[in-house]
Amino acid sequence: MFWRRRPPEPDQPADEGGISDAAIEAQLEAELAETEDARTIAQAGGEAPRPTDEQLDTGRPARQAELPATGGAPADGDLVAGVARSRGGFMARLQGLLGRGDPNAATWEEVEETLIAGDVGAALALEVVERARRHRDGAGPTAAVRAELTALLVDREPGWAPHRAVLGAPAIILVVGVNGTGKTTTIGKLAFRYRAEGQTVLLAAGDTFRAAAIEQLRAWGERAGAPIVAHAPGADPAAVVYDAVDAAVARRMDVLIVDTAGRLHTKSNLMDELAKMRRVIDRRLPGAAPEVLFVLDATTGQNGLAQAKAFHESTGLTGIILTKLDSTAKGGIVFAIERALGVPVCFVGVGEKVGDLLPFDPTAFVGALFG
Amino acid sequence: MEYTPAASVSPEPAHHATAHAAIVTASVHRSLHPAVFDALSERLRSTLGSLTGRGRISEADVETAMREVRLALLEADVNFKVVKDFTARVRERAIGADVLASLNAGQQVVKIVNEELTALLSGGDRTLHLAGNPAVIALVGLQGSGKTTTAAKLARHIVKIGRRPLLVAADPYRPAAIEQLMTLGASLDLPVFAAPAGTPVPEIGRLGIAYARHEVRDTVILDTAGRLTVDEVLMAEVTELMRAARPVETLLVIDAMVGQEAVSVAQAFAAAVPLTGLVLTKIDGDARGGAALSISAVTGLPVKFLGTGEKTDALEPFHPDRLAGRILGMGDVLTLIERAQDAFDTTQAEKAAAKIQSGSFSLEDMLEQLQQVKKMGPLGQVMEMIPGLGGMARQAQDSVDRGDLGRTEAIIRSMTPGERRDPTILNGSRRRRIATGAGTSIVEVNRLVKQFAEMQKLMKQLRGGRRLPGVFGR
Repeated sequence: MFWRRRPPEPDQPADEGGISDAAIEAQLEAELAETEDARTIAQAGGEAPRPTDEQLDTGRPARQAELPATGGAPADGDLVAGVARSRGGFMARLQGLLGRGDPNAATWEEVEETLIAGDVGAALALEVVERARRHRDGAGPTAAVRAELTALLVDREPGWAPHRAVLGAPAIILVVGVNGTGKTTTIGKLAFRYRAEGQTVLLAAGDTFRAAAIEQLRAWGERAGAPIVAHAPGADPAAVVYDAVDAAVARRMDVLIVDTAGRLHTKSNLMDELAKMRRVIDRRLPGAAPEVLFVLDATTGQNGLAQAKAFHESTGLTGIILTKLDSTAKGGIVFAIERALGVPVCFVGVGEKVGDLLPFDPTAFVGALFG
Repeated sequence: MEYTPAASVSPEPAHHATAHAAIVTASVHRSLHPAVFDALSERLRSTLGSLTGRGRISEADVETAMREVRLALLEADVNFKVVKDFTARVRERAIGADVLASLNAGQQVVKIVNEELTALLSGGDRTLHLAGNPAVIALVGLQGSGKTTTAAKLARHIVKIGRRPLLVAADPYRPAAIEQLMTLGASLDLPVFAAPAGTPVPEIGRLGIAYARHEVRDTVILDTAGRLTVDEVLMAEVTELMRAARPVETLLVIDAMVGQEAVSVAQAFAAAVPLTGLVLTKIDGDARGGAALSISAVTGLPVKFLGTGEKTDALEPFHPDRLAGRILGMGDVLTLIERAQDAFDTTQAEKAAAKIQSGSFSLEDMLEQLQQVKKMGPLGQVMEMIPGLGGMARQAQDSVDRGDLGRTEAIIRSMTPGERRDPTILNGSRRRRIATGAGTSIVEVNRLVKQFAEMQKLMKQLRGGRRLPGVFGR
């Protein structure tokens, strides 16, 4: 899997004025002895029972034009269908515009506008169109714009899986993003996916701030068949992470997924807190190289780039999950993000059910925009 | 529930941080001269050249300016169709307009843009109506927009104006959604109504209102499930809910970071329910908030409130002119100044700024500044509102958090007035005396004096006209 990764963090000074390792361990000893989740983990031991169809149903009334339920590896058709639902007008417009023989200047302007309408961004849309206009390979304008958009995306191999750097230790995924993007729901979907593959999954309730965030994650854990490590609301999230890594190692879990509180990237103290959670993982499991997945709402405009940059700078992203792609939004900001950071979108969220998570296929994504 | 993030890392020398705080103080007051820090007019000035004084704005100038304005608005996520209409309107006003004596052509265009933007955002009825027994306020919107948090904030606001709200949890889908509202209600000591599982949503509304009447609650705040506008079943459900609940206010909660789709989302909701206004959330980030302009321009719906944070007190009234400035990339200067002025004694700060200007800023003045900084309270939040100052804010906040300001204060207080005026006279025995008096070490005293000297150097650069890096630039 090739993409530019953030360089490894320099060694941190021993005393940072935060909680020392010894203090964390002491705190954890005390809390672990008390939390009922200790019992939950002990009970979970081996396999948790697979959730039934009834358990998976969120209770939402079935939508019209329901997306196909997905379990294991979905076919490209699902992505196309999912993306097509959201792209409706965008696709048709673009196709219509570019299907014509030789576009004149006015049409190229319309193409540019269509890209802007898809949140690609004014400057990037202009760049893509200008580059596409220079294509002389005779393949046609549609192919030219498609090629230019695809060129912005990171080269990658198909299929994304969290890597396990340390033998005998779990693959660790830290899920981050601003408020309301769908982190907790996405974690439920990821957990379900890995459980369906036969892996054991542990969840960490790293959002100790938001009202009922722990309960929300717990509900998803039940749906997916994954136990959770949680402290009391208001606890130090770094302590939860530490505890969770310990538990995941002790119980030989395959995957540990850490939920974090949504935070605006402009809040430096909160970004520091996140960086610290990452460091706790690194210190507890040196060489673990956790996956850090940035969850981005597809309805987000240009601010998505600022968000991604800030999170990347603070914690080092290894992947992006684009959620709510079943809306009318196009998620075009992804092009600017992948180009700027070299971090790939690995999944797209296409609904609120536990199976509504599809692997991101760049060719299919761009192709679906053009039919 | 109080939120105290884990202590931050990388200890900055306290004095360095307070020096920065003092400079920031000074720069806040420089920002009272908007021409200097106006990002858009900077851009326009460089592309248009400086045409000061008399004359008219040429058509060529206007075209160049409109390209910049278009880019700025699109970057701010204003819908591209709205941008088209808007630039056309501004172009009409700008061509041939007289250039005012005090502004160059670029600034003149910006002035027109600002006025037009503000006008667009000022339409509609911004008051919160509370008619009915009970008065019902309903919140609708996409998933994750901040409806539940906003519901709690509104409830708190309603209490402040002397009413008795009831929160109604009408989201039966999202795991722990009801618990979330209940937790928030408990934190505010307010009742929350939830119906038994399986109750149809319109019925939840009816039952909630009946419960309010029974409990003599005069206001109902109806929190609904996030829903996509393409979800026909859920859109039909929300229509039915509003028919049952008959709210006097139906507010669309919209995230400030939403992009081009804002208009179609708002139109779809407006078609389904009788929207009366918007709540623009997460405005405490750096999203420019163009979505609000797009929605107001196309639907005429006014922004009634801003969500400015995660706590229940983070609800603010909407000022069209301030959002206009923010959309144009000028930062939310006015809100910042307001907050700063609440905490600052303006005369003191102006005196300090004058002293910095004249080069006579002494340790005594710094002591005064420290008092001001301490009063400012959550400095970081205020400073984050100036683009580019977030990093400095953290340093300042760290020192306030760790009480380092106290140490700096103690050191300066242990100095004689003469020493404060002229730190060059500080020899070994003086420093020893000061250290003992302040209950600290000579190392700390040395550090303060060194940092103060560095700060003076920085101030010299400010006086020399060099702008603080990153302020209002990008």
